[in-house]
Amino acid sequence: MKLNGSEILIESLKREGVKTIFALPGGVVLKIFDMLHQQKDLQVILTRHEQGAGHMAEGYAKATGKAGVALVTSGPGMTNVITALADAYMDSVPLVCISGQVPTSLIGNDAFQEADNVGLSRPCTKYNFLVKDVNDLAATIKEAFYIATTGRPGPVLVDIPKDVSMNKAEFVYPNSVSIRGYNPTYEGNKWQIKQAAEAIMKAKKPILYVGGGVVFSGAAQELLELAEMTQIPVDMTLMGLGAFPGEHPLSMGMLGMHGTYQANMAMHYSDLVIAIGARFDDRVTGKVSEFCPYAKVIHIDIDPTSIRKNIQVDIPIVGDCKTVLRELNQMLRATVNGEQKDLRKPWWDQIREWEAAHPLTYQQDADGPIKPQHVVKRLYELTKDRDPIVSTDVGQHQMWAAQYFKLAKPNRWLTSGGLGTMGFGFPAAMGAQAAFPGRLVLCISGDGSIQMNMQEMATAVVSKLPVKIIVLNNRFHGMVRQWQDLFYEGRYASSYLDTTPDFVKLADAYGAVGLRANKVADLDEVLKEAIAVDKPVIVDVPTYQFENCYPMIPAGGCNHEMMLEDPPELKRKQAGAPKVTPEDKDTVLTA
Amino acid sequence: MEHIISVTVENKFGVLSRVAGLFSGRGFNVESLSVAPTLDPSMSQMTIVTSGDERIIEQIVKQLNKLIDVIKVVDLNETEFVSRETVLIRVHTKAEDRAEALRIVDIFRANVIDSTPSTYTIEVSGDPKKIEAIINLLQPLGIKDLVRTGRVAVAREPVRPATVQAKKVARE
Repeated sequence: MKLNGSEILIESLKREGVKTIFALPGGVVLKIFDMLHQQKDLQVILTRHEQGAGHMAEGYAKATGKAGVALVTSGPGMTNVITALADAYMDSVPLVCISGQVPTSLIGNDAFQEADNVGLSRPCTKYNFLVKDVNDLAATIKEAFYIATTGRPGPVLVDIPKDVSMNKAEFVYPNSVSIRGYNPTYEGNKWQIKQAAEAIMKAKKPILYVGGGVVFSGAAQELLELAEMTQIPVDMTLMGLGAFPGEHPLSMGMLGMHGTYQANMAMHYSDLVIAIGARFDDRVTGKVSEFCPYAKVIHIDIDPTSIRKNIQVDIPIVGDCKTVLRELNQMLRATVNGEQKDLRKPWWDQIREWEAAHPLTYQQDADGPIKPQHVVKRLYELTKDRDPIVSTDVGQHQMWAAQYFKLAKPNRWLTSGGLGTMGFGFPAAMGAQAAFPGRLVLCISGDGSIQMNMQEMATAVVSKLPVKIIVLNNRFHGMVRQWQDLFYEGRYASSYLDTTPDFVKLADAYGAVGLRANKVADLDEVLKEAIAVDKPVIVDVPTYQFENCYPMIPAGGCNHEMMLEDPPELKRKQAGAPKVTPEDKDTVLTA
Repeated sequence: MEHIISVTVENKFGVLSRVAGLFSGRGFNVESLSVAPTLDPSMSQMTIVTSGDERIIEQIVKQLNKLIDVIKVVDLNETEFVSRETVLIRVHTKAEDRAEALRIVDIFRANVIDSTPSTYTIEVSGDPKKIEAIINLLQPLGIKDLVRTGRVAVAREPVRPATVQAKKVARE
């Protein structure tokens, strides 16, 4: 039986196990939407902006480990979703984005709402397709999902001209895919793995440095086994949070620019860095020439380009984290004995000393302004038993969330790492909520970030996605202000947001629930109330405006030279500043 | 250091832009790039002349391999290879220069492939040094136009593609 292109698309998506798509219609995709309207298997979540659709698909993918799907129209629909594609590309999120295109006869004619979708998305997708013939459509969708979800995952775009979505063809869905130029390596080289095992046995000061690759390959269990068996401390990257239980005694927390003291010190003084599914990003390495000066480096990654891109590696292992770790664990199991524990005792003594010397800290006065760290900490303590999914936007709140929300399991942490996309958090949380309707999904955001993609509140209300947004409201682009305080002599160029909207009223206007915690004493009650509501909630928490995020390694700095608190001159300035209380919100410290 | 990288790619639209985009997006250098179909019409062969230190060349090879439309990457500098470039040169020739032009053509085993009352069009193939030498000699006569194909190169014996993992193991 012949089907039209739109039916072929829908059937193909169903064959790929897709349940939910995030979509916004437009002229050239009307046939697809018309066909979606006439079926019941795929849930369509109508977003208010294509960027929202893209981030929702990302949130869905990060929480489920499966490819998220977004559907957008040509021209502006495509350009709007680009940010989400670029974000997914940087953070290796499996995504299939379907875009509409003008009819094949009009391509290249500057037709209405025409854009070169393949050209626009080329540098920010793993691969992209323009389907010129409806007979190729089913096979293309199969290839798109295959490429998006295998190897190092990433976004794939399928551009479908209007006539292709309407023309008819026989529907034949291929069982398998073979692309001669694409054969990701899953099995690590055995000889190299053996070298790694030997290095691990001998190391006096080893450290595990784990990233998002562990989460996406589903290697958390293997990582736990490796760490516990060898008693090696675990540093996590921002993307790797949740790959290892945050409260585990071997967990050092996050490393990097705003990582914990012990995590960064352990990296710097280590004699063996075991990097797993991480890519030595500049937010982790700091000054490359002085990065891990005493260490031999083992690097396990499925993407060969990640290896030796930034850092010289002694034992490279190209392969899937889970497969390689299984092999490595098997080798180690046969050889690990009590000796390593003795060998590494001085190392652990040193690490515990670092931990005790400079733990994460903040000063919360009972009647003072609410400290942002305190909000995250209380939120964590109040919700940890419910195994929540946590999304963040980008900035100070993101770093505090990374520091204080100690995730126990992978796929609970939705954050924009590589691209640093403000406006990611809320739609990503909605995508996760769509995948897991019964789960508690929290979005920790800031007053700057949340206003990018606020429009999706309409989607959350209409599509019944009861995400809980906690806005750490300092009326600043906080991270920008922090850098201005530290490096630009406190000149707040375009970082003060002045009149933010009244988030409680805003929530109300959308038909969501708005709550506010003005005092420390109110915080727990308000958070509990928010969690209990079965609707989208914005909790507005006016926080201390000048709180800075520490530890901090200034850009290009060295990992063992962390700033641990405000420098004295900044402290003096803030001490002399008018006290900012929630009731006195309009006072602002100026340079 | 200069490297010649031979890349076998899918012969379909958009592949050249993916390769070119990779070089521009990551700030890799391209001195020349030539591309044409192979014996198998579903594949094309690209010869890219680039330069960079060992780390950059390794990244170029890896990043090219990562492109889904790239089937095989060979860094020819790791093996013995021969390379040639063809240049078409139109020289303005006054009556008294015509004999001199022909002498130069003869010395370099070039060919005159077209002639008008005031011009010769000369075809010459060779390595970069030879091309440079003939250009230097023809310049005083008055070069009106010069078109180069960019270098193409082929290994003298079959070579394994530059798969980085295997290379690393062999080196250690």
